[in-house]
Formats: sequence, structure tokens, C-alpha cells
Amino acid sequence: MSPDQAGTTRRASQGDLGFRLATGAFAVFLLVIVASIGAVLLSESWLSIKRFGLGFWVTTTWDPVAGDFGALPFIWGTLYSSILALIIATPVALGIAIFIAELCPNSLRMPLVFLTELLAAIPSIVYGLWGIFVLVPAVRQLEIWTPAALKQLPLFTGPPLGVGMLAAGLILAIMITPFTSSVAREVLKAVPIEQREGAYALGATRFEAIQAALYYARTGIVGAVMLGFGRALGETMAVTMVIGNSAQISASLFAPQYSMAAVIANEFTEADTALYLDALVEIGLVLFAITLFVNILSRGLIWSMRQSFTKASAPALPPPEPEPAA
Amino acid sequence: MTATTWRKVKSALFVGFCGLSIAVALVPLAFILFFVLKEGLQALDYDFFTKMPQPVGEAGGGMGNAIIGTLIIVGLGALFAIPTGIMSGVYMSEYAGTRLSSAVRFAADTLNGVPSIVIGMFIYTIAVLPVKQFSALAGGLALGVMMIPIIARTTEELLLLVPGSMREGSLALGATRAQATFTVVLPAALPGILTGVVLALARIAGETAPLLFTSFNNRFFSTTLTQPIASLTVTVFTYAISPYEDWHRQAWAGALVLVGIVFVCSLLARVATRRLEKMRNQ
Repeated sequence: MSPDQAGTTRRASQGDLGFRLATGAFAVFLLVIVASIGAVLLSESWLSIKRFGLGFWVTTTWDPVAGDFGALPFIWGTLYSSILALIIATPVALGIAIFIAELCPNSLRMPLVFLTELLAAIPSIVYGLWGIFVLVPAVRQLEIWTPAALKQLPLFTGPPLGVGMLAAGLILAIMITPFTSSVAREVLKAVPIEQREGAYALGATRFEAIQAALYYARTGIVGAVMLGFGRALGETMAVTMVIGNSAQISASLFAPQYSMAAVIANEFTEADTALYLDALVEIGLVLFAITLFVNILSRGLIWSMRQSFTKASAPALPPPEPEPAA
Repeated sequence: MTATTWRKVKSALFVGFCGLSIAVALVPLAFILFFVLKEGLQALDYDFFTKMPQPVGEAGGGMGNAIIGTLIIVGLGALFAIPTGIMSGVYMSEYAGTRLSSAVRFAADTLNGVPSIVIGMFIYTIAVLPVKQFSALAGGLALGVMMIPIIARTTEELLLLVPGSMREGSLALGATRAQATFTVVLPAALPGILTGVVLALARIAGETAPLLFTSFNNRFFSTTLTQPIASLTVTVFTYAISPYEDWHRQAWAGALVLVGIVFVCSLLARVATRRLEKMRNQ
């Protein structure tokens, strides 16, 4: 190698080092943001963590005037509304994903994808507005029509207010459906076509072939459903506007309740003492931790499914190169 | 009924159920769009875009200040998020195998899943609490933090789509990695990245929760970055939960504007993606 060439190489590799450092700095910055969200929330909620300890999560008093805080009603409300949304949304979302990925004619696919994406893109404040003025009156009507015999059940007790758990669960279900279905669609698209062809070759009906594909993709499907659940847990505006904002624990779908995100949205700017503020931040910290956990778990599931796909299809021949354009 | 018939019936039922779920999902979409259009169009006029809010009880007025406010906050967020997002996306795709790159990808996905209200809280503690002042700047910061992971992941994915031969060709001609990236690979992916940025902007313009305790709200016209500022979303929220009929009307008009922004941006993005695909297939 001539000295001249060596010089060029060194200059080039120095340029590469600079490039790596510059882009790497931005990448590290992204890491720093995530880490500092956790750190800042933890340090800001210290007062409340020290004062109440684990009792914070099992007591039901929320009395800012007396400085007594317990977050159980909010956890209850968040879990109740999210699980309700999950129950309503999952079958529909999977149905949509299967229809778009497996059943529908090509010409219909693009418009359907566009429409479901539009549903996902509508701002949550618009869902909330629609919830207050359209959904809540409709739910109230439904509550009035509920037969008295049913109202004896703990699930349906309470006066017909409209706002409450049912409205929150419904609006959350509408909001997470497109999200879950688009992830599930991607998962189904990743299932090798041989899975279905094999099933058809053995004489399977459409349902049975799709069943085979679903079974093959089961971890990814569970991941998609959990991602939707994570969304529901953290959703703020729409829930705040329809859940009724009443800190009580009730099994009734008709009862106004509260959620973790909603109490933060409503009370954060009104927190006049350090302890009050810290109690709210602690709720935020736990919300952060829960969504983090759900996201990690679901992405891990989807990732491990893809891993097993690439392993399974590794011995197959590589796809043919596309013909070069003439 | 024979077993085969039963299997066929089951299959048909299943196909029917899947088709039905599409209908079930599209009904709320139709309902929402119908009401936003119906109620919004009644209240939307020229004044809505140009006039300031009127005191309670006086009819008329608009959300001029909130529209300017949203533009300012989203602009600030973009200013902060676009360089950060694109550069970290470049890192993730150029150094795809490294440990840092997997960590950043993981962090981006995590940040994407963090509830927006938590991000608002985070920015409140680092940018509002120390100076005891809600500000447009804090709002921009909050929206920026939300945009970064979307832009970073879009950039990464689109850069990976650029044929390796283009990068290799420029490297073979003696370009450094930086030159290859910035003069060959990034320009090739740029239309797609811009589409991603537009979609991220549209999504972020509709965010309310992170602005509640950062940019707060303002009844008056303001462009001062260190002062609280009105935004379309927070104003719609305040109006929606108020008891005043006239404010409800304006909230619907605001919702129509928000949905309009999202709709136009998604449509543009779709058209752009179509053209990109056509170009690639030629």
C-alpha cells in the first residue's frame, strides 16, 4: 500500500468516526430522554412514596385537603375500563385483521387499510367530544331501557347517568381496535404462505387454513392484543371526558368512576401542596411503569415470533432477484 | 348434516364474522365523521379562523389565537424532533448490528408507547416547575419528545429499503460513509421520510394531554414563547366541558378543523406513497 493510499484511508475512516459519533450522539439522546422520564418521575414522587409506601396502592381515600392519598380507585378504574375495552375490541380487531390479510380481494385492501388508519388517526379529543355529546346520551338511553330485573345485578346498578364505565370502555374499544388490528395484520402477513398452502393441500376449508396460520402466529397475535391494551391503559382525554370522574370502586358498568390518567389530567394543575403534586406524579410513575412493562412484553412476543419464522424458513431458497429494468 | 358440510358451514360463518367486524369498526367511524361534519360545518365560518374568543355570553368570535398557537407549538416541536429523529434513524440503519442501535430502537418503541399525559408531566417537572411558568416552549418540547420516536423509526425503516447497491456504489467510488449517507442514501429515501414527518406532524397536532400542563391555555393572542399559549386541542377541551351552548358549537368547529388536518395529511401521505411505489416498480 502506498503512503498516499494509506492517507486517504485514514482520512476516510476519521470521517467515518466523526459521522458515527455525530449520529450516535442523537441516538444516545433518545436513550437519555427515556431514562430521564423514569428518573424524573421517581424523584418527583419521592415525598409521596416515602409517606405512604405501598399503602398508597391499597387505600381508597383521596383527600387533598387532609393530605391523605390512596390510589386504589384510579387503578381500579384504569384496569376495569381497559379490560372492558379489550374484551369488546379484540374479536373485532382480529376479525378485521383476518379479513384484510386473508380474505378480502386486492382491490378492497387499500381502501380498508386507509379507513382503519383514519380511525386510528382521529385525535383523542375529537373522540372525547363525540363521546360527550353523542355516545353518552346514547348510553344513558340504553341505561334507561335496561329492564329492572337486570338492574338488580351488581353489573348494572346505579342511576342512568350516561357518563361512566360503559361509555369509557366503549370509546376505548373504538380507539384501540384499529391499532390492534394493524399490528395483527402485520403479524399475519409475516406467516409463511406455505402454512396455508399446506393446510389447503390437506383439504382444509378456509377457516381451517386460517386457523393454522393463526396458530402459527399465536405469540405475535397475543403481542398485538397486548399493545392495544397498553394504549388503552394510558389513554387520557377521551376517557376523562366520559368516565364521570368520581373516585369510587364499583363493579357497575353504569357507575361513574375515575382512571389514573384522568385524575392526573384533571387535578395536576390544581395541586397546591408538594405532597399532592407528588402523589399525582407517583400515579404517573406507575402508569409509566405499567405501560413500559406491557410494551416490552408484547414487543418481545412479536419479536420472538419473527425470530422463529426466520429460523423455520432459513433453509429455503432465497427469493429470486427482481428482473433488472430494461 | 355430514361432517364436511358442517366444516363448510363453519368456514362460511367465520368469513361472515370477519366481514361483519369490518362493518362494526366502520360504523363508529361513519358516526364520528358524520357528527363532526354536521355540527362543525354549522359553526365553522371565516370568523372562526380570524377572530379571538369572545367573553362568555357574547356570541361570535373564533379560535384565531388557538390556531396560531397550535402552529407555533407544533413548529417548535418539529424544530427539535426532526433533526434528532432523522439522525438517530440514520444511526440505527447505518450501524444496524450494534448494541447501541438495538438499545435505541428499543427506547424509541418504548417512548412511542409512553402515555402522552406522562410525557406532559415529565416536561412539566423539567421545563415548567423550575421557572414556575407555563410556556409555549414547554409545549413544543412535549410534542417534540412525542415526535422523535415516530420520525426515528420511519427514517430507519425507509433507509433500510434503499438498495444496498446504491450505498456500495458510492463507497466504491471513494465516498466516506457520511458522504454516502447524506448525498446518496438519504436523498433516495427523502420523499418517504418527508411523508413520515407529515404524518407525525398531523398526529401530534391533535394531541391534548401533553399540553395541559406545559403550554396550558391563553384567552388572548400571544406569540411569546415564554408565556402560556392557546392551542386548538386544549381550547376544544375547555369548550367541550363548559356549560355554554355557544362554546359547544365552537368546540365542534375546532374538532372539524383537527379532523380536516388529519384527513388531508393522511391522504397526501397515501398519494405520495403510491407514487413512490410506482417509481420503485419502474
